[in-house]
Amino acid sequence: MKTPARKHPLWLAFMLHRVSGLALALFLPLHFWVLSYALTAPVTLDGFLRWTEYPLVKFAEFGLVFLLAVHFFGGLRLLALEFLPWSDRQKTLAATAVGAAFLVSGTFLLKAI
Amino acid sequence: MPADEPMLRVSVWRGSGTKGEFENFDVPVRENQTILDIVSWIQQYADPTLSYRFACRVGMCGSCAMMVNGEPRWTCRTHVNKVASHDNSLTLEPLRNLPVIKDLAADLAPFFEKWVEAEAFHHPESTREDEIAAVDPESAERAGIDAAIECINCAVCYAACDTVAGNVDYLGPAALQRAWTQFQDERAGSKDAILDAVSGSGGCHNCHSMGSCAHYCPNELNPLIAIADLKRITAWRRLKGGSNA
Repeated sequence: MKTPARKHPLWLAFMLHRVSGLALALFLPLHFWVLSYALTAPVTLDGFLRWTEYPLVKFAEFGLVFLLAVHFFGGLRLLALEFLPWSDRQKTLAATAVGAAFLVSGTFLLKAI
Repeated sequence: MPADEPMLRVSVWRGSGTKGEFENFDVPVRENQTILDIVSWIQQYADPTLSYRFACRVGMCGSCAMMVNGEPRWTCRTHVNKVASHDNSLTLEPLRNLPVIKDLAADLAPFFEKWVEAEAFHHPESTREDEIAAVDPESAERAGIDAAIECINCAVCYAACDTVAGNVDYLGPAALQRAWTQFQDERAGSKDAILDAVSGSGGCHNCHSMGSCAHYCPNELNPLIAIADLKRITAWRRLKGGSNA
C-alpha cells in the first residue's frame, strides 16, 4: 500500500505539534470551566483542588504540562524556521524542543510529588 | 531458470485510473539488481503488457520514480538489497498523489501544470539589444540555489508530501523550489508575479514543514529551504505593505 512517508523526525515533530495543539484546544475550555468556580462556587473548586492531590491526577497534569511545553517550544522552532535565516539543524532543533519540554514537565512532576 | 535459484516475490500494481489490483511475479535475484531491473525483467520475460516509464537509467532524467514498498523512490538507482524485505518480497506501485495512466506509469501532467501555476519559469525582460547580465557565481543569491537547481523533476517529493495529499491545490515542493530559484535569478523580471503565484491559496504557506520532500529527495535536495525562504520573503513583503495574492 502507498503508506505515506512518515518515519522521519520532522514528520513526527509535525504530528506532535498538531496533536499537542488539538489536545490543548480540547483542554482549555475545561480549564476555564474549572477556574470559573473560583468566582461562582469556591467550595466546589476547593473540592476539585483536593482531587488533584491524587498521584494519577498529578501524572495527568505532567502530561498537560508536557503538551503545553512541547507545543510552545515546537512553535518557537517553527517561527524560527519561517522567520529567521535557514539553519540545517532542523532535526536537532526539533529534538531540542522535545528535550526542553521533558525538562520543564519533568521538573513540574518532581516538584508536584 | 534453475529450480533452486533464489527468487523475489514482487507485487506489482496493475490497472488504470482508480481501478486495479496487485499481481504477483517471481523474479530471479541478481547481483547489483535495481528496482528498474526488476520491472524490466517482468516486462521482458513475464508480461510484455506491463507499463512503466524510464529513460536514462542513471539517475538524471527523473522518469522512473514509483512507490517501492510504499515509499517514493527513483527506481534506476534503488538497489533491491537495500529495500527488499527479509522474506525477499517487494511491492511496486505508481507514484502517490498523481493520477495513474496504466500500471506503474503515473500521469505527471498535474505535477508540471503546478510548475506553470507557480510561475516557476524564466521571466525574461531584456532584449537582444541589452548587455548580457553578468551572474557572479560567488554571489549569495547564486550560491544559495546551487543545490536547488539540480532538481531532476522526478516528482518523488510530490509523492512524499502529505500536504499535497490533503490539498489538491497545493503547488508542492518541486514547483515551489523551482519558483524560488527563478526568483533568485538576477536576470528575472516579474519577481512580484512569482511571489504572487507562490503565496496564493495553494502556495508556500500551506507547507507544514514535515520535511518528507527533503527526506525522500533522491538528489538529497532540501525544498524546505526554498519554501521557508519564500514564506519569509512573502510574509515580509505583506508586512511592508506589498501585495500577496
